[in-house]
Amino acid sequence: MSLAKDMNLPKGLNKQKVLQIYEQMLMVRLIDERVWAMNRQGKVPIAASCQGHEAAQLGSLAASQYLGDCFFFTYYRDLALKFGTGLNEKDIMLSYLGRNGDPYSNGRQFPLQGADLSRNVIQLSNVVAAGMPQAVGYALASKIKREPTVSLSFFGDGASSQGECHEAMNFAGIHKLPIVFVCENNHYAISVPQNLQMTVSEVSERAPGYGLSAISIDGSDFFQVYESMLEAIALARRNVPVLVEMNVERIMPHTSDDDHSRYRDQSEITNMRDRDPLTKLEQWITSHKLTTESEIATITASCKQRVNLATEYAESAPEPEASSLYDNLFSK
Amino acid sequence: MVELSIIESIREALKEEMTRDTNVIILGEDVGQRGGVFLATQGLLEEFGSERVIDTPLAEASIMGIALGASFNGLRPVPEVEFADFLWPGLNQIIGEASKVSYGTNGALNAPMVIRIPYGGGIRGGLYHSQNVESYFFHTPGLKVCAPSTPYDAKGLLKSAIRDNNPVVFLEHKKTYRLVRGEVPLQEYLLPIGKADVKKQGSDITIVSYGLMLHYCIEAAHLSLKEDNINVEIVDLMSLRPLDTGTVIESVKKTGKLMIVHEDNLTGGVGAEISAVVANEAFEYLDGPIRRVCGPDVPTMPFAKSLEDAYLPNSKLIYEEIKKLHAY
Repeated sequence: MSLAKDMNLPKGLNKQKVLQIYEQMLMVRLIDERVWAMNRQGKVPIAASCQGHEAAQLGSLAASQYLGDCFFFTYYRDLALKFGTGLNEKDIMLSYLGRNGDPYSNGRQFPLQGADLSRNVIQLSNVVAAGMPQAVGYALASKIKREPTVSLSFFGDGASSQGECHEAMNFAGIHKLPIVFVCENNHYAISVPQNLQMTVSEVSERAPGYGLSAISIDGSDFFQVYESMLEAIALARRNVPVLVEMNVERIMPHTSDDDHSRYRDQSEITNMRDRDPLTKLEQWITSHKLTTESEIATITASCKQRVNLATEYAESAPEPEASSLYDNLFSK
Repeated sequence: MVELSIIESIREALKEEMTRDTNVIILGEDVGQRGGVFLATQGLLEEFGSERVIDTPLAEASIMGIALGASFNGLRPVPEVEFADFLWPGLNQIIGEASKVSYGTNGALNAPMVIRIPYGGGIRGGLYHSQNVESYFFHTPGLKVCAPSTPYDAKGLLKSAIRDNNPVVFLEHKKTYRLVRGEVPLQEYLLPIGKADVKKQGSDITIVSYGLMLHYCIEAAHLSLKEDNINVEIVDLMSLRPLDTGTVIESVKKTGKLMIVHEDNLTGGVGAEISAVVANEAFEYLDGPIRRVCGPDVPTMPFAKSLEDAYLPNSKLIYEEIKKLHAY
């Protein structure tokens, strides 16, 4: 598969929806760039960029929204997915700044970490793969309760080395659970390249050993992601667990505390811009004349304005009350 | 009333709660067909089916992680590890994840799960079937920790734990499973988590303990009353977290002397915390040094009989310590 060549869009998509997703992707990029800049200004303590992963996340989300009844166990590079679920940019900025009203944890955790149950997202921790058995447990409960919900478990290539990844996939296969494992493979676990993480050339090669259906795709191609996830979620809903490996680029360093020039060649850093999902979707939109360049400029200006307003809003928001330190240690 | 062993009382509690609430499930290695290595879950697979009593792969990290995820989706899982010593691969999901669910989501999410753990020694289990693991959980905010010592307490606490909306670490001393028997009411009852119980009234010395050691303390107390007319009060913590410091302090105010007895290692154990709390909050009532009779600081009790005996506090040793503290 490649970018949808003509206007025979996959089911569930139309011109308007594609434009809407393009605008979402643009917003995510602008937020991502903004929080990185604010980190350099000393305002945002930490940022994990999702640049390069946007199509993998928004394509998965669009497919799940079309089919309905999905629950997301995300990881820390999933800004696009979290934004796409309907979280607005003001709340996102509150979270990056650790301000009162942060919807994920009210300032207890790193940005966008905790839970946003109104939008079906849980991401409890930074420990890679820890969310995977939890996603499996969620799927187990759905199956026991005869509910249609499919769990989507997002993780990186780094997490695929963890024992909990193995255990989660093994259990999902044994019990034929409604779950899609989504590996956003950017080929680096911080600085450690894929060849020092695994002997297989694709994470999906491991799937048969777990009894999972699997596919490896180009995760920078929104349409390919969308179509693959439509199929994967439908399979999972019939209790066929699936692993979808999305090959992507990590355009930015691991986090704002990392410098990838220490371990990546300059040519590699430059060349991966060719696989920027935002550029690719924009090219598709313009080449298919969904919009003009001047309209894109208008959309971009409007998105920048939204990000500016969100930034101002969050910067003037209060921090959580110090007296809330002991709140919610236990549930009633 | 009916007389039950601790293992029977635990089985009864599981059975009653699974009957009452279809969201309660059990998962772990050997819990189904075999009925658990200690037979705590015997008969439950037949009664409740393989969807609710799940024989898992031998993989503690995912047993805990899957239970946690299921708890996010409306179930009340009761995962079991066979021996506390095998728990370590699952610790990330308990200490790293479950304990922070409510706090880390600012109360949006909760994790109603009960982690059943056979622990403790005196059964020639050596370094990997005898471990006391309570301090790790005792140290962790966001967890509740129970460590009952009688069938009545075990049943009432386990039923409360299963109904609690927070992760509860439920420690069952494996030597007491069949050794300790006691009366249990036929009608339903619950016991509050975080409430200690005065198992013997006394006026001269307060002994605080839990689990197997509680029974050795009672033996020693009866001996000291008979032989030396020393009247020891015994506080059974029953829950380690939340710790019922109120009951301990009240007792110390009455007796003026405090001894803490546990099988777990001395350093950084439950006794250290109780010592600090009492020294801080009841200093002026103390009429002697706070004594700790605990497992020594070696990994756990070794396999050889002589070494296991050398590790474990016993009623004779506790009796001698009672006399020394009384004489102070």
